[in-house]
Amino acid sequence: MADYKSLYQEVILDHNKKPRNYGTIENPSHHAVGHNPLCGDHITVDVDVDEGRINNIAFQGESCAICKASASMMTTSVKGKTREEAETLIQEFLAMATGKLSHENCPHIGRLAVFAGVSDLPTRVKCAILPWHTLNGAFNAVASTSTEAEEDPMHAPIGDA
Amino acid sequence: MSANQTTQKIRSTSAFDVGRIRADFPILKLKVNDKPLVYLDNAASSQMPQQVIDRLVYYQTKQHANIHRGVHYLSEVATSEFEEARRKLQRFINANEDREVIFTSGTTDAINLVMHGYGRKFIGAGDEIILTTLEHHANIVPWQMLAEEKGAKIRVVPINDAGELLIDEYEKLFNDRTKFVGVTHVSNALGSINPIKEMIAFARARGVPVLVDGAQAAPHTKIDVQDLNCDFYAFSGHKLCGPTGIGILYGRAALLESMQPFKGGGDMILSVTFEKTTYNTIPHKFEAGTPPISAAIGLGAAVDYLSAIGMDAIAAHELDLLKYATGQISSIAGVRVMGTAEHKAAVLSFAVDGVHPHDIGTLLNQEGIAVRTGHHCAQPVMQRLHVPATSRASFAFYNTMDEVDALIAGIRTVQKIFT
Repeated sequence: MADYKSLYQEVILDHNKKPRNYGTIENPSHHAVGHNPLCGDHITVDVDVDEGRINNIAFQGESCAICKASASMMTTSVKGKTREEAETLIQEFLAMATGKLSHENCPHIGRLAVFAGVSDLPTRVKCAILPWHTLNGAFNAVASTSTEAEEDPMHAPIGDA
Repeated sequence: MSANQTTQKIRSTSAFDVGRIRADFPILKLKVNDKPLVYLDNAASSQMPQQVIDRLVYYQTKQHANIHRGVHYLSEVATSEFEEARRKLQRFINANEDREVIFTSGTTDAINLVMHGYGRKFIGAGDEIILTTLEHHANIVPWQMLAEEKGAKIRVVPINDAGELLIDEYEKLFNDRTKFVGVTHVSNALGSINPIKEMIAFARARGVPVLVDGAQAAPHTKIDVQDLNCDFYAFSGHKLCGPTGIGILYGRAALLESMQPFKGGGDMILSVTFEKTTYNTIPHKFEAGTPPISAAIGLGAAVDYLSAIGMDAIAAHELDLLKYATGQISSIAGVRVMGTAEHKAAVLSFAVDGVHPHDIGTLLNQEGIAVRTGHHCAQPVMQRLHVPATSRASFAFYNTMDEVDALIAGIRTVQKIFT
């Protein structure tokens, strides 16, 4: 049974209300737009990587609280880290949110463990992982990514009739 | 709460024995997240009463075989029950003849049947098809596919801010290239009831056939296709307390006869050689392959169940629920009702300031309340209202005023969490 209470806890609500690193970066080294066609939500991620280290990162977009808080916490988590460290964290977050790994088995996940509860809410997993997909897309020079992309580990048609 | 709303609540509960009706629906006894289920997603799919469940079990236990084929006992019983279900649907919509009722897999399938059977035969390059802003994607996409294939053009009837069709604009869209009209009886996203009788009369006077998407209307109001004078009327069984995978297309016999088949296969033919195939008569011409026999019989039982309660009584109770819910929700600061048409079915789309519909849906679910969130497969409506999505509570005759109160309390809880 999903623990909804843990999903909408203070830290997520706070990041939704006061998102960190919200906006854009001038001349970013990496940039991508992510969108979730199921709900129309979209975010942009700008990253400035210098000598393999993330000097600056920003996001912007219209989305639900889960997505916005995930994006905000993602930016604070990867800022100052190397690209490799960030990519490890992306993999851990995706594995945790999709239920492939429990948060105890994600050594770098830290306070991002507050998102572990989404793995029990199939329709909300995509909200949490969209920012991470977008960051991954930015690193790999994919200008536009989507939670419905073929290579998406969560690719699964969800009816919206 | 105003005195008027209080009166309404009491009057409705006494006039309609909703408690007795609820006892027919085993699923309504469920608990979700340790709370009594409050099922307010009826516009997506309604629940099934024990009477229909029993009918399906009886068919499957005592009556099943393939239809229109065998000479053996079970095949004759199944055929007879299947055709009896067709007659029940005929009476339910007051069609002139039972052969005007075609079993389809649902509304979408029915609309696609008309697109392929009528559209591909009679609509050509430069012809125009009139649709409305309020259409579900199911009554948009098939016509776009046809327009692309044939070089035809789609014209769209606009709506006002309340979610009502602009009938003057509708009438202005007609010209000598207008070949078809597709209109929803009730908007699934906003609940607006469209003046289809007048719209049909206007089109028919110009020799233009009209298809009505009745998916959201048939469960909630009395349908009389002869009084409406429509050419096609489509709806789904699962929104009508019946099974999924079944629905009907009503079509005027002369039109159905003039159309080409949609799907080819068994049961839709009279004779087959590799040189030439002769098609069966209507309705069988449009029912290729083994149909969902049990589902059709279940749908027959569902319309019996609804008719026994009475569609007028159902409509009256649902209107009471809608009025009460609209009054209550409008009294909450920071909540907007989307769709304020004068004539509405029991659909309540709303937005809560500062809270995304998906968060509302997840948090209401925590309280055991099922609502729909999203674009409701009606993106043109969402674009017109300048919102990406809404939350939608949709009521059925088995819902209660207490469930409306639970919804209102749930919305207040959501607001508290997000403050």
